[in-house]
Amino acid sequence: MIGDRSIGSKLWSTAVWAVIILFVVNLLAVIATVVIDSLATRWLGTWLPAGFTLHWYRDAWDEFQLSDVLIVTFEAVAAVVALSGLLGVAAAYALARRDFPGKRAVTLMFLLPLLVPPLTYGIPMATLLYRIGLGGTLSGVVLANLVPAIPFVVLVMIPFIEQIDPRVEAAARVFGASTTQLFVRVLVPLLMPGVLAALLLVMVRTIAMFELTFLTAGADSQTLVVALYYAVFASGVRASQEIDVMAVVYMVTTLIWLLLALRFINPTQIVARTKAEAAR
Amino acid sequence: MRLRLAAHGIDGTTLLVLPALVALLTLFIYPFVYGIAVSLAPKVGPFYSNYQRFFAEPFLRETIGNTLALAVPTTLLDLLIAVPIAFRVRLMRNQRLLTTILVLPVTLGTVLIAQGLLTYLGPQGWFNRTLLALHLIGAPLKLTNNYWGVFASLVITGFPFTFLLTLSYVSGIDVVLEQAAATLGARARARFVRIFLPLLAPGLAVTFCLSFVQAFAVFPSAVLLGAPAGSTHVISIAAYQAAFEQYDASLGSAIAMIMGAVQLIMVLGVLGARSLFYRGPVGGTKG
Repeated sequence: MIGDRSIGSKLWSTAVWAVIILFVVNLLAVIATVVIDSLATRWLGTWLPAGFTLHWYRDAWDEFQLSDVLIVTFEAVAAVVALSGLLGVAAAYALARRDFPGKRAVTLMFLLPLLVPPLTYGIPMATLLYRIGLGGTLSGVVLANLVPAIPFVVLVMIPFIEQIDPRVEAAARVFGASTTQLFVRVLVPLLMPGVLAALLLVMVRTIAMFELTFLTAGADSQTLVVALYYAVFASGVRASQEIDVMAVVYMVTTLIWLLLALRFINPTQIVARTKAEAAR
Repeated sequence: MRLRLAAHGIDGTTLLVLPALVALLTLFIYPFVYGIAVSLAPKVGPFYSNYQRFFAEPFLRETIGNTLALAVPTTLLDLLIAVPIAFRVRLMRNQRLLTTILVLPVTLGTVLIAQGLLTYLGPQGWFNRTLLALHLIGAPLKLTNNYWGVFASLVITGFPFTFLLTLSYVSGIDVVLEQAAATLGARARARFVRIFLPLLAPGLAVTFCLSFVQAFAVFPSAVLLGAPAGSTHVISIAAYQAAFEQYDASLGSAIAMIMGAVQLIMVLGVLGARSLFYRGPVGGTKG
């Protein structure tokens, strides 16, 4: 490393650490307020609540029908993950391995949904879905969430696939592997880490996708984020602790998947590889 | 025939792109075109009257300014924090822990952040209490249900993404370049201004655009933490209210299209400015 031990650089690095610590402390405090409030009996105008209790968790579970909401969330997310995985990985494979007329236009089309705010295409899409009778249903929610999910899988997978030497596939062919065998024995094992990473990230993103679900969900197809939003929006009827319980449940749900995703990938590598691809 | 197509790069493998393409055509492009068509067929008046109305009514027109006033400063602040932190993290051997902590806000969700900030920044919250206890302020600051609440929420939700992108761009720059500059006697400041900044500028432009896209779409936090009828009456609230509260799908689509257009202009502007900078490999030799 470059030795730079002047007072200026020491001051600078102290300042940077101060910013990091300030950010993290405030962030943790925000999380802590929610967690503590979800456990509090009464918390008004003091540093800490008067006492702690677990009964908000039981109440919230019953009152918000959390088990139903969680089942809907998992159904929707599983469908989105499976469909976007199938369609996205296939498309990414074609885009990574073949050069065909109109490839630039196709690539641009996979980029656009990520550059346009969800509400911009969400409003006309929801209008259409309601017109054909899919609005307010679970299928509508899944279809809407596929729009950002498919491009995301494609963009994450392209660099992963390009990384695999085509000669490996050629070698398998030479030794007489059929397309199915090539796929099952060679491609799937090699692509697995990439696919897992992409799908876990899609999962986290879909659990968190508010706008599209909000626009397309009906009373019995609400996912956790949307149910949570309605709970806060219609607050006053419900104790704030119950809302905080839901927020905590939400955080834990996503956190598990995110930590799992981080075990498989170094998040910065994805972008770095994508960038190397874009620079070419 | 088959061979001739294959020569153009079209064979069985290429067809794998079709399912995803069809899905996006029906779910994204078609609704988009439909949205434009609907926006041009208003309930009353000529085809452009929705757009005319948007720009004629101050309450609607001002949403553009309100949204930009939230999205641009938060994106810039996130970048401003992310760059030095990314430079520091780059040098650390155990980056994973800090990266994980900094990425944590991804899991929180807008509502948890909104709930947390409402309590934390509220008049009786820890933030105001701490400042009061330190005698930095005389009376609690009003930080929620106004511009600042939404601002804080956007900074927190936007940061992980901005940070990850910045970190990846920063770690994409070859250390050799810095060492070479140091060998030739460049101080830290000079190294940053002369070497890193020009190399980083295109990446920062892209990061700005992608983070801006997210901040610009602000919706739930503007309702929960802000003053949705006042200073944080952002364009997405206007679009939603028109489409689903006044049941004017035409006006709603028109506002949604204006939203897309404003954002596209910003993004193109920033990416256009990017071309003023150096573009090329950021690696060392033997690339």
